[in-house]
Order: sequence, then C-alpha cells, then structure tokens
Amino acid sequence: MLELMQHEFVQNAFLAGTIVAIVTAVMGYFVVMRAQAFAGEALADIGFAGATGAAVLGVSSLVGMFFMTLLAALGMGALGERVRGRDVEIGMVLSFALGLGVLFLTIYAQFGSNAAEGVGVLFGSILSVTRSDVLITLGSGLVTLLLLAFMFRPLLFASIDPEVAQARGVPVRLLSIVFLMLLGVTTAETVLVVGVLLVLALLIAPAATAMHMTHRPLTSITLSVALGLLFTWGGLMLAFVGTGRNLPVSFYISALAAISYFVSVTIGRMRSPRRHRDLPHPCGEHIALPDGQRQSPVQSEV
Amino acid sequence: MFDILQYSFIQNALLAGICVAVVAAVAGYFMIVRGLTFAGHALPNIGFAGAAGAVLLGIDPVFGLFAFTIGAAIGISILGERLNERDTAIGVIMTLALGLGILFLSLYAGFAQQVYSILFGQIVGISRTNMLITAIASILTLALLLVLFRPLLFSSFDPEVAEARGVPVRLLAMVFLVLIAITVSLAVQVVGALLMFTLLVGPAATAIRIVQRPLWAIILAIALGVSYTCLGIFLAAYSVYLPVSFFIATLSFGVYLPVRLLSPLWIGRRARKSARSIQVDALPVSQVNEQEQSNSVETIGRIQETSH
Repeated sequence: MLELMQHEFVQNAFLAGTIVAIVTAVMGYFVVMRAQAFAGEALADIGFAGATGAAVLGVSSLVGMFFMTLLAALGMGALGERVRGRDVEIGMVLSFALGLGVLFLTIYAQFGSNAAEGVGVLFGSILSVTRSDVLITLGSGLVTLLLLAFMFRPLLFASIDPEVAQARGVPVRLLSIVFLMLLGVTTAETVLVVGVLLVLALLIAPAATAMHMTHRPLTSITLSVALGLLFTWGGLMLAFVGTGRNLPVSFYISALAAISYFVSVTIGRMRSPRRHRDLPHPCGEHIALPDGQRQSPVQSEV
Repeated sequence: MFDILQYSFIQNALLAGICVAVVAAVAGYFMIVRGLTFAGHALPNIGFAGAAGAVLLGIDPVFGLFAFTIGAAIGISILGERLNERDTAIGVIMTLALGLGILFLSLYAGFAQQVYSILFGQIVGISRTNMLITAIASILTLALLLVLFRPLLFSSFDPEVAEARGVPVRLLAMVFLVLIAITVSLAVQVVGALLMFTLLVGPAATAIRIVQRPLWAIILAIALGVSYTCLGIFLAAYSVYLPVSFFIATLSFGVYLPVRLLSPLWIGRRARKSARSIQVDALPVSQVNEQEQSNSVETIGRIQETSH
C-alpha cells in the first residue's frame, strides 16, 4: 500500500478524491435538505455537454464544465425562486443539454480522434487527474466551503422553511441562485473524480445516510463528511489493492454509498416509531402515557 | 422532400419513432403530473446498466433491461414512499445501477457497441422486426394505460381524496412505475436513453402549459411528440451525419422555452378573469339571487381545480 503512494498519479487521485469528498458531503447536506437531487444530477449531465464542447473547441474539459454548469445554474435559478417542485424545467434544460452533448460528441468523433475521451467523462477517470487539476479542485473547493460557511445560518433557515425565512427578511431567492451556482462548481469537480453518471453517489448518499442517523445539522454534516471520505478512500483502496482484477473506482464508491444508504433507511424505519414515542408531544401531552393518566394542558388550565 | 421516404431504413425509423413518441407522450403526461420527472431520467440510465450486464452474460440485452428497470421501479416505490425522500432514493438506486453498469463494461473485454448505442440511440438503422416488436409493445402499453386511465388520473391529482375513496394509491403508484419501466425497456433499444427522456418530458411539459384539460393535454402531447420525431428524423437524414437525438431535443426545447416564458400571460389571465367574475358576483350582495350564487361557487371550485 505504502509503495503505491509514491506514484504521483496515486497521490493525485487521493488528494482530489479527499477534497471532492469533503466539499460534496457538505453541499450534499443542503441538497438533500432542499430536495434538489435532480438539480445535482442535471448539472452533472450538463457538465458532460460542457466537457464534450470543450473537447471540440480544444480547451480544457474542466473549463468547459465550469462554464456550462454555471450558466445552467443561473438559468435554473432565474426560472423559479425555489427549485423545489421545478422538476419539469430542470428536465427540459437537461434534455436540451444532453442533446448538445451528443452533438459535440458526434462532431468530435467525426473530426477528432475518437469518442473515448467523451466516454471517459461519463465514467470518470480519477487515475488520470493531474497536479494542476488537484490545485484547481482545491481552490474552488475552498471558495465553496468558505461561501457556505459565510451563509450557513440563512441558508439553513431558507432550506428548512423558505416561507418563514422570506417573511423574516432572508433573501431566499438570492441564496437559492448562489447555492445553485456553488452546486454547479461542485458537480464539475466531482465529475473529474467519479464521472458524470456517478456524481450523485458522492453528493446525495453520504448526506442522506447521515440525515437518517441524526437530525442535528452540524452532527449530520460532520457524519456526512466522514462517510464521504470513507466511501472515496475505501473505493480507491479497494481498486488499488483489494483485487488483482483492476475493477473501476467508481463502481466501488457507488456500491459502498448505496449499501450504507439502504442500511440507514432500514435501521431508520425500524427505529423511528420508538423514538417518536419518547418525544414529548408539542401540546405538552406525553404520547406514551397510559390512557387513564392522559391530560391535555388545556383541560388542566380549565 | 419526400424522396427519402423510399428508403426502408427511414420508413422503419419513422414508424418505430412514431410508436415510441405516442406511448411516451401519454406516459410522460402522467409522469409530469405525478412529479416523477427524475424517475423518467433515471430509468433509461438504469436500463443501460442492465443491458451491459446482459451483454456480459451473453444473453439478449432486453432481459437485462427488464430486470434492472422493473427492479428499480419497485425499489423506488418502496424506498420513496415519502415525497421528500423519493428523489434521494431515485438518485441512490440510479448510481448503484450505473456503478454496476461500469463494472460490467470493464469486465467485458472490448468495446460493447450494442451497449453504447443504448446510451445514445440508433433509431436510424433498426430492422423491420425490431420495428414490429416496438409497435406491438407500444399498443399493449397504451391499452394498459387506457385501462388505468381514470384511477391513475384521480390518484395523480388528489392522492388523499383518491385514497379515501378506496383507490389503491400505493399499488397504483408501483404499477405505474413498472409500466414506465416496461415502456423504457422496449423503447430504449430503439431510441436510446437520451431520446427516451426527451420524448417522455418534452411534449407533455409543453402541452400542460398550453391546455389544462387532461384529455386535450394528452392529445396535444401526442401530436407534438409525433411531429418532433418526424421532423427530427427528416432533418437528421438531410444533414447526413448529425444525430437524430440532437434535433429532437433542440426542437422540443425550442418549442417549450417560448411557451414556458409566455404561459403566465394566458394562465394568469384565465385566473384573473375568474377572479373578476367572483368580484362582480360578490359586490351587489343585496341583489344576489340563488342562480348567481351557485355560479360563483362554481367559479371558486374551478379556481381551486386550476391551482392544484
């Protein structure tokens, strides 16, 4: 294992994987809270159009992805103040972007060398990440985390209860647009590591698993980061040393993520009734009390 | 213009495309009304993974497509019972399927052309037999949708009331997703995952913005889907090497965007008109007779319907 770390491509893979796992886990908490999984998936696929377009133009695929995802995030934000319930608009933008991606891929395959690079964007190629990719990922990841920390409280408020937040003067719409743009940048980074098709494995699964285990925001985010790192490092190590057969990293990451999500849902469903019973009822009435002792506060006041 | 119709591969592509467009428009209407757009995107991709597995095992891709899409449809309806959990469940199931797909592809030595064509489509180039299979499957799916039409519509628009009236809402949700899975499995081999999603979402999304009555919206969606498909195939045939899916996606977005941006004009006006008629009815309180009262009650009912 340790000899492997001396290779530069292995170092790059671990560095980029670590940065992406942390950023996506924190972003993912808000994505799950705001029910924007589809927006994340759409932005990743739009990144595919950006990457293939960049290949046609001959510029770096990361530049193409950043450009297209930011543009699409602005468009989605402008179409509706809340992306929740905007599935149809997202779907239409997504289908158009995919059409463009196929067009670019066809042009690239006709005039360029082959379509293998475009397919690489779909499935991810963490082992071909370069040192400059790592630096770009680090820079944009730090900016994303700083901005998130800066708007943490208003964003949390606006995600949990947008109507009340708006009434209290929180700029809900602006927050929504900024959040979508951050999501665009994050998905573009993630595509580098796991590919377009598996962005949701890192974006949704750690946060959703964490949120099934605990309800406190900060604990959830910490747990989500830990799970994201576990999936990424686990996936990389399994791919490098686990088997001699050289199976793809993306498969291990998505399998670890899905298994942990299914387990957390099952545990959550088995556990939730008992936890409900332990909580005091909002009316001050304890549900677990036997019928004879049940008293509502209204009656006792009278 | 019509001389390319003589080629049999264009005829096959047109006929198969029209069949898929009709079924996709009807299924897509219910999909949008039920808020399942993400599932419409995920199921074709999940099917791609199933096809990769079937190719690895050396069996016909259609078995892999069925196994994966129907399995995923059942999984989504079990895990995603609560509305705010559904997108997450779809996302995780889709990534698991795609991860398996990547695994299968990497285990399969060589470039699985059959599998990549499921991702991007190969509508120009399908055989007469495939066209006939697609046509028969489309008619069967349409018949099933017609049988389920009324309970499906009821439970899509008002699940609580439908459940109270004894409609098996949960079972219906699962049956509907399985039906979409079957449609996707049969059609995705012909049109590809991308075009499948476009044909499911594009026509229905545009039609819902133009007319409000379910039946008219479905008919308009069918008309739009069929015309996108025919135009797209013609344009692709004339441009020689550009893909059909690009033309259909662009046409569908090009029609949707102005409709989406301008639709507040007529949707808003309809609501305002009804609102004004309530005010007119409500103002001269002393002169209101029973006839007018019942009118205003009807208008309020209609507004409540549209706001849902």
